Amino acid sequence: MSILKVSDLHVRFGNFHAVKGVNFAVKEGESFGIVGESGCGKTTVLRSLSGLISDWTGTIEVAGKAQSRKRGVAFAKLAQMVFQDPYGSLHPRHTVDRVLAEACAIHKLDDAENRIDRVLKAVGLGPNFRFRFPHQISGGQRQRVAIARALIVEPRILLLDEPTSALDVSVQAEILNLLRRLRAERGLTLILVTHNLAVVSNLCDRLVVMNAGRIVEELSVDALRRGEAKEPYSQQLIGASGDYDRQAADKLIMYE
Amino acid sequence: MSDLLTVEDLRVRFHLDKGPVDAVRGVSFKMGREKLGIVGESGSGKSQTGRAILRLVPSPGEVTAKTLNFDGVDLSKASASQMRDIRGRRIGMVMQDPKFSLNPVMTVGAQIAEACRIHGGVSRAQAKKRTLDMLAAVRIRDPEAVYQRYPHQVSGGMGQRIMIAMMLAPNPDLLIADEPTSALDVTVQMQVLAILDDLVSQRGMGLILISHDLNLVASFCDRVLVMYGGRIVEECRARDLHQAKHPYTQGLLAALPRLDGPAGDLAVLTRDPAWLTA
Repeated sequence: MSILKVSDLHVRFGNFHAVKGVNFAVKEGESFGIVGESGCGKTTVLRSLSGLISDWTGTIEVAGKAQSRKRGVAFAKLAQMVFQDPYGSLHPRHTVDRVLAEACAIHKLDDAENRIDRVLKAVGLGPNFRFRFPHQISGGQRQRVAIARALIVEPRILLLDEPTSALDVSVQAEILNLLRRLRAERGLTLILVTHNLAVVSNLCDRLVVMNAGRIVEELSVDALRRGEAKEPYSQQLIGASGDYDRQAADKLIMYE
Repeated sequence: MSDLLTVEDLRVRFHLDKGPVDAVRGVSFKMGREKLGIVGESGSGKSQTGRAILRLVPSPGEVTAKTLNFDGVDLSKASASQMRDIRGRRIGMVMQDPKFSLNPVMTVGAQIAEACRIHGGVSRAQAKKRTLDMLAAVRIRDPEAVYQRYPHQVSGGMGQRIMIAMMLAPNPDLLIADEPTSALDVTVQMQVLAILDDLVSQRGMGLILISHDLNLVASFCDRVLVMYGGRIVEECRARDLHQAKHPYTQGLLAALPRLDGPAGDLAVLTRDPAWLTA
């Protein structure tokens, strides 16, 4: 049973056709990666899913229900988003407590006190982080707060837009381990948008490779690890993600 | 290999209201006309080391060094006008983001030509010709068209190649590149590195590549310095980086997800306070 189904999704910004007919489905509890280079439309797909972009055509079905362009509170209860930049996604003058309490108030959740304590514990932050401001904690801790803010409403889907690319490698490892644990504990469905194939290989079960607004290839992470990508574009992307190789650099071509 | 740059006991200290903060604490290394990588996490002092060599650390920062010798010139004692002669002409610097490094209200061509005229002492016509040659050297397909464009009209990858063309136009002996490719897509990154690689081997230029990406540095550079807490904790040949001895370097390598690595939890780095002093 798919929890998320996208068919024939198109997004246009003025004359620019950013997403040109994208189709995919994600099963409940699955971890699904969307990979591609900048400008390929991967973030635009995610923002259309989350309702941040309303100018799309096609169908987006979440938990069996076709979504309209405008999303309500019920949708937010179902799917939450975590952004790339932990510095930009938290209000600089709100404490961690206020950020989390606001989510409880919007969703009319009871017992906010205990919920905040529990969710902070779940993301590996102690109760002493509760009354701090974003500038008083590190980038990795901020990303944990952003994940806590998404989790406090107990969503079934987490939409992740490059959640670790602003972080140092050692902190990235901690956040990836955290996401893996939360997914196992809560049966979450993860949709991960990234340019980093190694991150997808570590966290996802299945992925699509996008280029110029289209899905080039869909494959399992096992196939990716075995080097079984079939399309030339995916093969080039996988090759360039590895070590620097002077000879390989001359063979790179532009795909439209 | 003759030494192009000798750095001994380099220190950068910021005098802040809350007290002094030491960003770089006694860094020493020598390099010739080679590709030297400096890796470390944010706050390790790698960028400040690169800036300190060019004396570009802003106030309230203070740079001290026992030796800061570039090709026979003592950079720590050079006057402001001597430094202006060295910056750009003999040592170039490429920053991470072309969006903030290029002048937004000048065409790309005019900016590079200006660098040629100031540092090369050539006429306008010669400067234009040299600019077009440089744009072609960094593999820009239509140099004449790109010459007329403004920075906002070019892509990130092209902007970074333009920055490199501008820095290379005066034919420097040393290029300091601070995360030159981390804002770029992997395929563009590979192409930009290939350009730098060729320039080092063809012109005999020295290159300091500052990066957080261990795999990139291991596969691209000749030699690597690993920085932690403002100090060099390990120095090795780039190809031996994966057999690193220091627990910090080993920890960073283990924390890196790999395309072909095992699924499941990644090793998490536990920091030892002794690394700051040992």
